[in-house]
Amino acid sequence: MQTRNFCIIAHIDHGKSTLADRLMERTGAVTEREMRDQLLDSMDIERERGITIKAQSVQLRYKAKSGETFLLHLIDTPGHVDFSYEVSRSLAACEGAILLVDAAQGVQAQTLANAYLAIEAGLEVIPVMNKIDLPAAEPERVAEEITSILGGDPADILAVSAKTGEGVEELLEEIVNKFPAPTGDPDAPLRGLVFDSHFDTFRGVVCSIRVVDGSLRQNQELLFMATHERHNVAELGVLTPHVKPVQRLDSGEVGYLITGVKQLDEIRVGDTVTEVGVELPEPLPGYLEPKPMVFAGLFPSDGDDFERLREALEKLQLNDTSLLWEPETSRALGFGFRCGFLGLLHMEIVRERLEREYSLDLVSTAPSVAYRVTQTDGTVIEIRSPQDLPDQTMRTALEEPYVRAMIIAPSEYTGTIMELVQKRRGEMDHMQYLGPERVELTYHLPLAEVVFDFFDNLKSRTRGYASLDYEPDGYRESDLVKVDILLAGQSVDAFSAITHRTKAPEYGKSMVGRLRELIPRQMFDVPIQAAIGSRIISRETVKARRKDVLAKCYGGDVSRKRKLLEKQKEGKKRMKMVGSVEVPQDAFVAALRVDDGPK
Amino acid sequence: MTSAALLSPDDAILAERAAEWRSAYIHIPFCARVCPYCDFAVVAGQDNLVDRYVGAVLSEIELHPRWETLDAVSFGGGTPSRVAPALLGMVIERLRERFGLQNDVEISMEANPEDWHAEYSEQAAEVGINRVSFGAQSFDDEVLDRLGRVHRSHQISSAVRTAQATGLAVSVDLIFGEPSESIESWRRSVESAIGLELDHLSTYALTVERGTELSRQVAAGAEAPDEDDQADKYEIAIEASLAAGLVRYEVSNMAVVGQACKYNLSTWAQGDYLAFGLGAHGHIGGLRRRNVRRLDRYLSEIDAGRRPTAGEEAVMGWSSEIERLMLGLRRSAGVILGRGGSQFVADPRSQPFFEHGIIEVVEGRLVVIRPLLTDAVIREVLDLSEPDGAKEGDC
Repeated sequence: MQTRNFCIIAHIDHGKSTLADRLMERTGAVTEREMRDQLLDSMDIERERGITIKAQSVQLRYKAKSGETFLLHLIDTPGHVDFSYEVSRSLAACEGAILLVDAAQGVQAQTLANAYLAIEAGLEVIPVMNKIDLPAAEPERVAEEITSILGGDPADILAVSAKTGEGVEELLEEIVNKFPAPTGDPDAPLRGLVFDSHFDTFRGVVCSIRVVDGSLRQNQELLFMATHERHNVAELGVLTPHVKPVQRLDSGEVGYLITGVKQLDEIRVGDTVTEVGVELPEPLPGYLEPKPMVFAGLFPSDGDDFERLREALEKLQLNDTSLLWEPETSRALGFGFRCGFLGLLHMEIVRERLEREYSLDLVSTAPSVAYRVTQTDGTVIEIRSPQDLPDQTMRTALEEPYVRAMIIAPSEYTGTIMELVQKRRGEMDHMQYLGPERVELTYHLPLAEVVFDFFDNLKSRTRGYASLDYEPDGYRESDLVKVDILLAGQSVDAFSAITHRTKAPEYGKSMVGRLRELIPRQMFDVPIQAAIGSRIISRETVKARRKDVLAKCYGGDVSRKRKLLEKQKEGKKRMKMVGSVEVPQDAFVAALRVDDGPK
Repeated sequence: MTSAALLSPDDAILAERAAEWRSAYIHIPFCARVCPYCDFAVVAGQDNLVDRYVGAVLSEIELHPRWETLDAVSFGGGTPSRVAPALLGMVIERLRERFGLQNDVEISMEANPEDWHAEYSEQAAEVGINRVSFGAQSFDDEVLDRLGRVHRSHQISSAVRTAQATGLAVSVDLIFGEPSESIESWRRSVESAIGLELDHLSTYALTVERGTELSRQVAAGAEAPDEDDQADKYEIAIEASLAAGLVRYEVSNMAVVGQACKYNLSTWAQGDYLAFGLGAHGHIGGLRRRNVRRLDRYLSEIDAGRRPTAGEEAVMGWSSEIERLMLGLRRSAGVILGRGGSQFVADPRSQPFFEHGIIEVVEGRLVVIRPLLTDAVIREVLDLSEPDGAKEGDC
């Protein structure tokens, strides 16, 4: 039976999962009764946010018009910028990619980023317009945009509606006709690519695997070439999307592999498996391990939850090796963890999962990036938290990470985007028209400027029409300073930030102003200051409380008043003490909230 | 023994002696209308039930076991002046028969200025009322309107003079901090009240209580009372009163020498008092008891020959010690340190209060010297836990 391995790549919300569902339904992989919307997105958060986090693969059987039956392996990919490395690992398991574009929204930043990734990986790309059932769909315009990137004739672009199923049959025909069959030598020694892995409570680590050469068989003894570990095949199978164990996976096939490994970090995604006892083949080209770019402290609101938070992070890490964490102590927030994330969305998802799946109430500090510090002794260190920044006299250079950011938007917003990017210390690389009304702008931007509500700002300035994608672009030296926030003279570590010198007054003023509103009046005046070193750049005062007494307490309400005061006391206990200042937990949350951060 | 009549209202001796007094509270729930800020057990437009209600109160007194002779009787409300003096007199007589009244018994009632006419005043005095407290609230008619009050400021003066002519001790209640009340308006209200040569003055910060019309208005966006404005007004009232010989003896209460309210002093001294009527709360020997708050329930319970108890709570041991502090700290005289006070003073949590001049220890008593911050102190006191190894012999 002929095989086709492919994935669907798309900008977020362009309908990738819906199309996957429709393909499964059309090939009879699932019955209509089984059909849940977006079957591949199994995590709640994925379903709610409409995004896919973990790549999964399903095996489908399609009887083509020619009469021949094909084995299709559909490999799902995440659709968000934070997860582009997961896209690349999925691409490595395929020969073809469906580039899905919303017929109303047109080409977006991630469409381009993913298309380039697919082309670089040598894949055959079938561009498809989705959502043609929408009244706002403009298939002609969008087809023009697509061909301006990929070349070809706009008339040849397939138009489908994953929702109604229109055009899906034609797409299946295209898949079997256009995508090449996998090349590989069935008689050569085994080479299988581990392109994903996840942890299952009952079965341990489950690897997604693409067999390139040879075959993978039950009970075979395997060698993982990068880790040099040996493991026996305990179970092999495919997802149809139901779990279906098989005796062997042959060259060109995609499935899952269970070996009895219990720890996710014992398996390296991108590794090549081969058989013990054969002449060692060349390992397949792997991928770079993803590197966290955004860092933030996560602290339990209730200090007693510290151990639970640790356990929750350990569990999350089982399925998310890109999540880094190490213990961190904050004077203001107590014991917590400094966590590293691939990006802001990744951070939000992790936080949400911790809160939702583990019932934790968390405070997170402002997201930060990793800075490079050259110390006076010539050594270079990387710091992930403003607290770790060595004193000015102890360093000779401070560098910050840059990204190359690609923004696609209707051309009428060019001016407003330029203005925003300029404020964020961006430098234009180039600008290109994708059609008469759409423009692609490429910038070099400090990552720190991107992680702090840049995307929200971009969206609101362009009424939601702009899309963003970015990739690391090295480090550059910048004039950076550390701004400390002091409450009653005591620095609150959670609020410290490293900013560009020109941005320091704005950050200081905004934090001080917010805290002025958020900190309740105390028994004494509380000065709130922002400082660079010993220089105060902004100040406000929370005036002392003048009245804290019930007007009446008579014989008739002794018990009631007592309960009221006891309840108020319980409320106060939930406050954090910063020196002698009581700060409500939600004040930290509100002050550190990113979405309405300093504008 | 020093006579209570000669002691300053804030005298520690008086504060402690009050613990020995026995009193009774009688709740009269009837009102012409319900004030928007009021969260007491009140009913409006049901004056037709007054006779039946008073009859029920008389029965409730009969249902209570015999007790000690009373030093103070207090009619509160609601609006006791909605009820004819003769009916109040029946209650007083029933209390006398059942428990006995001391020769120097204080019998006080709350009244609305608009109800207080010469005839009413004389009849009230005749049945034994010797003290009246007027719900004046403000001498500014605009503020009265916004507080939902029907009387006019001139009626206050008239009512006070009438009561004084009848030989009653007179107190006036004022409310400050209605959001649109100006500082000047408040100052005039205080001065007008003081100018009436009162025996007693209570000044209350307008408070948004849950479930009231006022709280609904504030929730809907109406301006809420302002803490600083109320603090300014409080200070104005205390200062002006003191200059006129009205000494503050509790957070919101001031009196001339010999005219502190016995009933209230007794409650702040954790003394024992009976309670009769709708929603009334009593306290005997550590047991706090409250009556039902619904009029129909109250009447039907009495008709069935049962005491209309809604709930009881025994406050014993350490909890009682903490309650003693909570109540006593509201007084200018403060509280005897005792076990709880000593523990608080030794606890690091009390240090900021000493440092910021909020509390002091004077002659073995813990005193809040900035009354506007009393609850900040009380909250910490309520949070104290009983020292280990001291539990025996406490109950």
